[in-house]
Amino acid sequence: MKSVNPWGAVSLLSAVLMLGPVSAFGACADGNTLHDGRLTIATGNPAYAPWVMDDDPASGNGFEAAVAYAVADAMGFDAGAVDWVRTSFDEAIQPGEKNFDFNLQQYSINADREKVVDFSAPYYTTAVAVVVKEGSEAQNVEPTGSALRKLRFGAAAGTTSQTFLSSVVMPEQDLLLYDDNANVIAAISANQIDALVFDLPSALFATAVQIDGGKIVGQFPVEASIEPDNFGLLMAEGSALKACVDEAITALKESGKLAEIESQWLGDGAGVPLIDLEK
Amino acid sequence: MPKLNRRQLHDQAIRRRSLVISSASLFAVCAGLVLLVPMAPGWTAVKNSFFNWDVLVKTFPKLLSAFVVDLKIFLWSAPLIFVLSLAIALARNTRRPALFPLRLFGALYTDVLRGVPVILLVYLIGFGIPGLGLPRPYNSPYIWGTVALVLGYSAYVAEVFRAGIESVHASQSAAARSLGLSESATMRYVVLPQAIRRQIPALMNFVIALLKDVALLSFIGPIEILRQANVYKSLMANFTPYVGAAIIFLCVTIPVTRYADYLLARQRRERSV
Repeated sequence: MKSVNPWGAVSLLSAVLMLGPVSAFGACADGNTLHDGRLTIATGNPAYAPWVMDDDPASGNGFEAAVAYAVADAMGFDAGAVDWVRTSFDEAIQPGEKNFDFNLQQYSINADREKVVDFSAPYYTTAVAVVVKEGSEAQNVEPTGSALRKLRFGAAAGTTSQTFLSSVVMPEQDLLLYDDNANVIAAISANQIDALVFDLPSALFATAVQIDGGKIVGQFPVEASIEPDNFGLLMAEGSALKACVDEAITALKESGKLAEIESQWLGDGAGVPLIDLEK
Repeated sequence: MPKLNRRQLHDQAIRRRSLVISSASLFAVCAGLVLLVPMAPGWTAVKNSFFNWDVLVKTFPKLLSAFVVDLKIFLWSAPLIFVLSLAIALARNTRRPALFPLRLFGALYTDVLRGVPVILLVYLIGFGIPGLGLPRPYNSPYIWGTVALVLGYSAYVAEVFRAGIESVHASQSAAARSLGLSESATMRYVVLPQAIRRQIPALMNFVIALLKDVALLSFIGPIEILRQANVYKSLMANFTPYVGAAIIFLCVTIPVTRYADYLLARQRRERSV
């Protein structure tokens, strides 16, 4: 038996007519979204570049904004059917009803978080990078574990970069932790810390735009992490949408669309030297 | 058992009745909480997120050691606040015309710093002043965070001292002056001892508030208990570390609050005698 759902018919039709095979999932999101026929996507407040440019996700500019629209498209929602909301990290994990279908703001997938919320298949894997300021004592630090351990580090609290720093690098001095990347940048600008750790795209953006004389020392080899830093779309625990979202991401990976978005907005860290932790 | 007269029997009946009612109402409230709250549809999720025993056990030791940072900041801030606020109160209390600028400064200080939320002071001073290019270690967030706390709190505490000084009757200083004590000696030996003793309960309230507000320094870098709980919250996507932090705070603040109440009650008794 089939219930009459005009939106289902529209998305199915559009799938057949315009978007080709990718949108064949259109029907799978039916009735599983917060509002019928619309996809509600959440991001941070504010959302930072290069993930979302100019804090305006609806523009589709920025890596995560572009990924969000690509996923929506693959699920059978055109750009007009996407609504944006803003949440903090805490709102995304608090128990109770969510006000979004999925949430993306560089959530790293980890086992503890997995107990409370659902993550999609990863849409990006990043390395952790170290940034110093030119003109500071740390400016010529060697990209080796022993040299870096002597520095005073800062990071955004609760991020994978911070865990990596405290559990793998283990600097000799106490870490300083801040609410978000903007405050870490304020601290390095005020010379309160020698170096900061960000995920590689944030580090590239910070050194290019946000820190006067910012310089990337290097990136840590991905194998050094306890678990690879995979970003996933966050959904409510047991979300009925997870299967569709995963399918959409897999399709985007296979078609090369995801790689295309990645190279458009994140560039590549090809020129960034690897840090030798053994030395 | 001595025979009770009618009045005593009546009083006893009333006491029994109120005892029965208060126990019944306490029982009803507790039973209501214990039975009804878990019936809420989201209880399992809330229990998992906020009252997760495994998470609490895993995070508690590190929360406790992070709390030592809070205690240290508190212990060096409190004396500084005491001294600075006393100075401000005395500045506001000067009477000589030549010292008018001092009086004006005292008034401005309390007006401005009491009007700005302490968290903003912490941000503005904690990031702003080190940004001027101070060399290490003078740009430490511990130093400038402490400065922010001390400035904000002294504005309040200065008003407490001022109220205390004004509550000492004018006849006291008149008597001291007529005995030949100088103005400053009158303040030091006659007025201040009475003023401060009278304000101790009010000061205790600020001690409790300061104990909790020390956590605001977490915003500019130091990993104290709130930040440590925040890190665990992010990594485990679980709010139980916050509950753990609240428990640790309560272990310190409840005794202090009780002590403040005791001091207040004692003062009331002494005054009514």
